[in-house]
Amino acid sequence: MLEHYLSLFVKSVFVENILLAFFLGMCSFLAVSKKVETSLGLGAAVIFVLTITTPTNWFINTYLLKEGAIAWAGFPEVDLSFLGFITFIAVIAAMVQLVEMILDKYSPGLYAALGIFLPLIAVNCAILGASLFLVERDYTLGESTVFGFGSGVGWFLAIVAMAAIRTKMRYSNVPAGLKGLGITMLITGLMSMAFMIFAGIQL
Amino acid sequence: MADQAVEVKKPKESMFSKKNLKALREPLSSNNPITFQVLGICSALAVTVQMRTALVMSLAVMFVLALSNVGISMLRKHIPSKIRIIVELAVIATLVILVDQILKAYLYDISKQLSVFVGLIITNCILMGRAEAFALQNKPWPSFLDGLGNALGYGWILMTIAVGREILGSGSFMGFKIIPESFYAAGYENMGLMVLAPGAFILLGLLVWVQRTITKTVHE
Repeated sequence: MLEHYLSLFVKSVFVENILLAFFLGMCSFLAVSKKVETSLGLGAAVIFVLTITTPTNWFINTYLLKEGAIAWAGFPEVDLSFLGFITFIAVIAAMVQLVEMILDKYSPGLYAALGIFLPLIAVNCAILGASLFLVERDYTLGESTVFGFGSGVGWFLAIVAMAAIRTKMRYSNVPAGLKGLGITMLITGLMSMAFMIFAGIQL
Repeated sequence: MADQAVEVKKPKESMFSKKNLKALREPLSSNNPITFQVLGICSALAVTVQMRTALVMSLAVMFVLALSNVGISMLRKHIPSKIRIIVELAVIATLVILVDQILKAYLYDISKQLSVFVGLIITNCILMGRAEAFALQNKPWPSFLDGLGNALGYGWILMTIAVGREILGSGSFMGFKIIPESFYAAGYENMGLMVLAPGAFILLGLLVWVQRTITKTVHE
């Protein structure tokens, strides 16, 4: 059992990295990866929010939205899965708001570090993507929590590595048209190739 | 890409003042949402393994972007600025659900291939970006044109990457084999890399390079 979870974790961090294999969260990845400190902050916030929202959305999907999910309320034939998108995005936006308020009240230090990134996260595709993947792949509660956490760690790794590379890149002589987005995409391509080496690892 | 550009010019001329036309035309080249504004990269890469999925995705984005811009622009005087993001998300999510249901009903296999990426149109930064930057300040008709223009700009980049990836990666175009058997017999092989994630990153990087060299925009 533990092996299964560990294997899923390794898979979601390395082999099927949510950013490098599924291209999710590219927008903030490209925008915030200029400095290592800020990317550390955003990466940590993504791990945090993903670990909370994936299990929450699992509960909502299993007990409210899935076909036959509200049998407990006496409606065994109702299928609300078409409401998935709007519910998930609402849950994510609400959770982000809630986390922001709780952090502000109880942990000002953490809030100062993560605060400015939290609103950005509501529209990060990686968060919504993880929730949609858990529906598509039919994960259990445990699996979806591990998957959410693992995807967050994978995203964190990718953005911090990218920020470190971009800091070094400042001293390189890049052709004019390739500066900025162009070279970043090429580097991401190489990183994604490197991460593919992990494919086939089975625990 | 060529036939889309023709489509654009057809509608009634009277509503196309210079300013409106600019909103439509700029996103196609000098202010392209993907290569210049750096918005909506996620889906641009994920759905471009095949031409067909890229085409369907572009049409879906066009529908959602044009209508969400119109909707948000019509609501712009009634949305309190504090909760505008959630209102925008609700408008966009409703349209995306519509698109998803239509795809599931009429193009089931393509909707399976697009998997979660139809849903991810909601968080596609193009939508929020255009809503914030344009629809909230402008009347519905210019917003519609802005949405259309940005969707077309997004579409042609998607198509270009998809053509490259499908021809190099699977030797076909729109699902038809176009590389003759004799090539394979002579030792030609499909480029496996193009089907995988790195191929998309590298092709987009090169495309950005070409486009920015032509339009002479330099960043940083």
